[in-house]
Amino acid sequence: MSFTLPPLPYAIDALEPYISAKTLEFHHGKHHQAYVTNVNNLIVGTEFENANLETIIKKAEGGIFNNGAQVYNHTFYFEQFSPKAATEPSGALKAAIEKSFGSFDAFKEAFTKAAATLFGSGWVWLVKDATGALSIVQTSNAGCPLRDGLTPLMTCDVWEHAYYLDKQNLRPKYIEDFWKILDWKVVEGRF
Amino acid sequence: MSFELTKLPYAYDALEPYIDAQTMEIHHQKHHGAYTNNLNAAVQGTAMEGKTIEQLLAGISALPVAVRNNGGGFYNHNLYWEIMAPGGAPAPEGDLAKAIDAAFGSYKEFKDAFTKAALTRFGSGWAWLVKQGDSLVISSTPNQDNPLMDLAEVKGTPILGVDVWEHAYYLKYQNRRPDYVEAFFSVINWDEVAKRFKG
Ligand SMILES: [Fe+2]
Repeated sequence: MSFTLPPLPYAIDALEPYISAKTLEFHHGKHHQAYVTNVNNLIVGTEFENANLETIIKKAEGGIFNNGAQVYNHTFYFEQFSPKAATEPSGALKAAIEKSFGSFDAFKEAFTKAAATLFGSGWVWLVKDATGALSIVQTSNAGCPLRDGLTPLMTCDVWEHAYYLDKQNLRPKYIEDFWKILDWKVVEGRF
Repeated sequence: MSFELTKLPYAYDALEPYIDAQTMEIHHQKHHGAYTNNLNAAVQGTAMEGKTIEQLLAGISALPVAVRNNGGGFYNHNLYWEIMAPGGAPAPEGDLAKAIDAAFGSYKEFKDAFTKAALTRFGSGWAWLVKQGDSLVISSTPNQDNPLMDLAEVKGTPILGVDVWEHAYYLKYQNRRPDYVEAFFSVINWDEVAKRFKG
């Protein structure tokens, strides 16, 4: 199947001042779009020509995996933000976070550390395993927890392109701002 | 003795318009500076203290990952600053030119292969021109790995390297890595590369 770039679920400047319109123009309009274009070109004539993204993420290697997973990862990332974000989880998700991490603050601290220390390009995820337990995982480059049978609930892109125009080398500042626009209502829906 | 962040051999704006001054300043002071500080913190008070960076890299598979990441970052950026210069020769000359022709067919074929290595490195990393004995090969490594590391797929002495971490080009080129790599060829210091080739 041929993939298309999903539009952002908010205006290009909606996440200002935390993520600038300029960053989103490149991140969504150029990077995300390029992954879509690349995977569409690469799957032609392969066993993945009619596969969905989940199949590509679980079974493909090389360029098809990299571009297919990056399409999924970025869609997942952009969808979880809102200019009117619920900045804390509630209900069953809140309880699950407290069960796995002790408290929401302890979770935030552990996730922030994982995002700050991932070396190079990649993603940090809140995931749910088959037993319903939550954990934090780091993946390099295009890595995606679906490949390991885990259910992603939330993610932070720590490729430099996600923050370099706004924050340059100050990744911790980007992560600090990330929490202000992450909409826990979206995460609860996924949970 | 600790590792020191060396000064650039030219001004921050010397590589304009190919690499802008703001990028050079942040890249050198913040990124290279952090690798240097973190490397020192990782080796201080251990048996690694006092070893040269080359010694550390040669046995890196047995050392902590912080030394691999920051030691690589320290070495790689030192090389990167030195193999660039404003107004350098447009192409290699002499023995290095002959070795490039012997290994790749021509300068043009070398440039195409090196560019391809730089563009196809997915994520963060480096592309290298590597000396193996009298011969030359092209390779690329992820993150801050390099050909001096015992765990590198292609081992040898790097004599030219291009940083393809997004921090090396994002402020000026954003997603256009091909434009950055093309611009890089305009600021290669071929005299320095030839010196490293001679050994
Ligand atoms: Fe760099």
